[in-house]
Amino acid sequence: MAAVGEKRYFFRFTLGQRYLHGLLMATFLGLAATGLPLRFSAAPWALQVAATLGGLGTILFLHKTCALLLTAGFLVHVGSLLYRAVFRGELGLLWGPNSMVPQPRDIVQLLQHFRWFLWLGPRPRFERFAYWEKFDYWAVFWGMVIIGLSGYAMWFAPFFARYLPGSWLNVALVIHGDEALLAVWFIFTVHFFNSHLRPGVFPMDPVIFTGRTTAERMSEDHSAEYERLARVGGLQAIEADAPMRWLVNFARLLAVLALGTGFALLLATLVAFIRR
Amino acid sequence: MFQASVHAALGCAGCHSDVSGFPHQPPPKAVSCAGCHPQQNAAYAHSVHAKVAPAHPSYPGCLECHGNPHAIRARTDPRSPVYPLNLPRTCGACHGSPELAKRYGLTATYALYMDSVHGFALTEDGLLVAAQCASCHGAHRILGPEDPQSRVNRVNIPATCGNCHSGMKARYFAGIHGKAMAAGNSHAPVCTDCHTAHQIARISATAWQVKTVATCGGCHGGQLRSYRDTFHGQVTRLGFATTARCWSCHSAHLVLPASDPRSTVAPANLVATCGKCHAGAGTSFTTYRPHADPYNERLNPTLYYATRFMNLLLLSVLVFFGLHTALWLARSALHRLGSGPSGGDADGGGR
Repeated sequence: MAAVGEKRYFFRFTLGQRYLHGLLMATFLGLAATGLPLRFSAAPWALQVAATLGGLGTILFLHKTCALLLTAGFLVHVGSLLYRAVFRGELGLLWGPNSMVPQPRDIVQLLQHFRWFLWLGPRPRFERFAYWEKFDYWAVFWGMVIIGLSGYAMWFAPFFARYLPGSWLNVALVIHGDEALLAVWFIFTVHFFNSHLRPGVFPMDPVIFTGRTTAERMSEDHSAEYERLARVGGLQAIEADAPMRWLVNFARLLAVLALGTGFALLLATLVAFIRR
Repeated sequence: MFQASVHAALGCAGCHSDVSGFPHQPPPKAVSCAGCHPQQNAAYAHSVHAKVAPAHPSYPGCLECHGNPHAIRARTDPRSPVYPLNLPRTCGACHGSPELAKRYGLTATYALYMDSVHGFALTEDGLLVAAQCASCHGAHRILGPEDPQSRVNRVNIPATCGNCHSGMKARYFAGIHGKAMAAGNSHAPVCTDCHTAHQIARISATAWQVKTVATCGGCHGGQLRSYRDTFHGQVTRLGFATTARCWSCHSAHLVLPASDPRSTVAPANLVATCGKCHAGAGTSFTTYRPHADPYNERLNPTLYYATRFMNLLLLSVLVFFGLHTALWLARSALHRLGSGPSGGDADGGGR
């Protein structure tokens, strides 16, 4: 038990989930950095990135390598969910307070949160996953499916066209590029803000890197979960030691790199989009 | 020196016919080449060089090109300044000098030519058949490009290049551009519009391949724009010639409309044309639109609605969460600063 005045830590993410987020983050940045120069091929920075990478062969190699890694991560994630739900009978994954599935409560809490933004009511008490976290998750989930399918369609175009009209390859590029742009803009603004940059969390929440959240953070952003666990004595089960110093520093380094790359790409795409 | 020259057999008096004794009294008159070379002289009289002669004291006459009058050699002699392998340097004495170029408004084309595929063939490979200045411009009757009789006037360029590139000429004139040119449309593209006049690149050079896409787009602007919306067009705009360029599909010289069954973009030939790069491309594959126009609902309905849907999706998600973020930021920032209206904040969760 933590001494008085010391921070109490609780596990929020498993090591597997942290690795998965790391893989997602690294490959997403890689995909964005190698794909956006094509989406904005008229921009001066796009030419520089392309010239630095050295050729279409290199760009596509990096893009496709990241895509394969991300696909593998996606399949591992979906596979483990299926395994947990079907073979381990963890039906709480599908519905209830620990589930990522959107539920009526999320709509209500979205509206209540807006009411709180406007000083018209109390802040809603969020469960393990708040509605904005669910949106982040499903946006990425849907984005990976859509961007992945359209990407593989273009990668194996003649094969794809044996089963569907070739004109859908035109659509594939539009969907691939626009959905990717949406992902880039969403992640580098909304996700960065919601998870790291908003007052109270700023400059970052290391939970996805260290796996540990604090009692303070938990009682603020996931008060319903915190109180539920406290009530049934579940807090002890997830009680964690303080994250190791190297891990915290590693998390900071990763966050700085990701935020830096993200903001650079955000700025570059915004400028290119406005000037186009 | 004179004994080795092409004129040695004529002796001194062959040219200096007014000299009868020594000392030369009166002093010998200037020698005219025209007496023996009337055809060359007549041709020269029409040239741009003769026209500028009165105004410019250093204008090129016979000797500026043919060299020392007492050492003139046949143009087949490798020591002659007008021997094919030497000619570019001879012309370049004026047409390669930035200073002279500025003073007389000459085009400083020497460096461009030396960097060209013709220049390399001449200097690196020593090819006598490599095109040099006179191959295109002629020798004595050199006319400016604006002169309809000039060999380098737009209208005459296909024939001039075709002197060597006969096969290309035949294909060009069988194609839509050559036909338009032959029918009197002087805006139709000729060889130099794509290949340039002097700095003609090897056709395998990436920079040239990529630049020429914009050249086609100079006339076919709409097609260039719709091409830029595709993967092919994005890649070439980044400077890589890996993907299809205009002539990869439309052919370079024998450009024919899709309605012509011989055309590489005629519906019946598309599988073969796409198949050049896309192994395994079938009939369905050829319904891909290399000139996608997402704003043409009639022509590309699927693309049109997909684009509309994506625009709407981006707009709605970003506007909604933009608002969400802005309000959240304002709320938590004000709360942390201890300001804002009191009440309505029962839980105190101000983050």
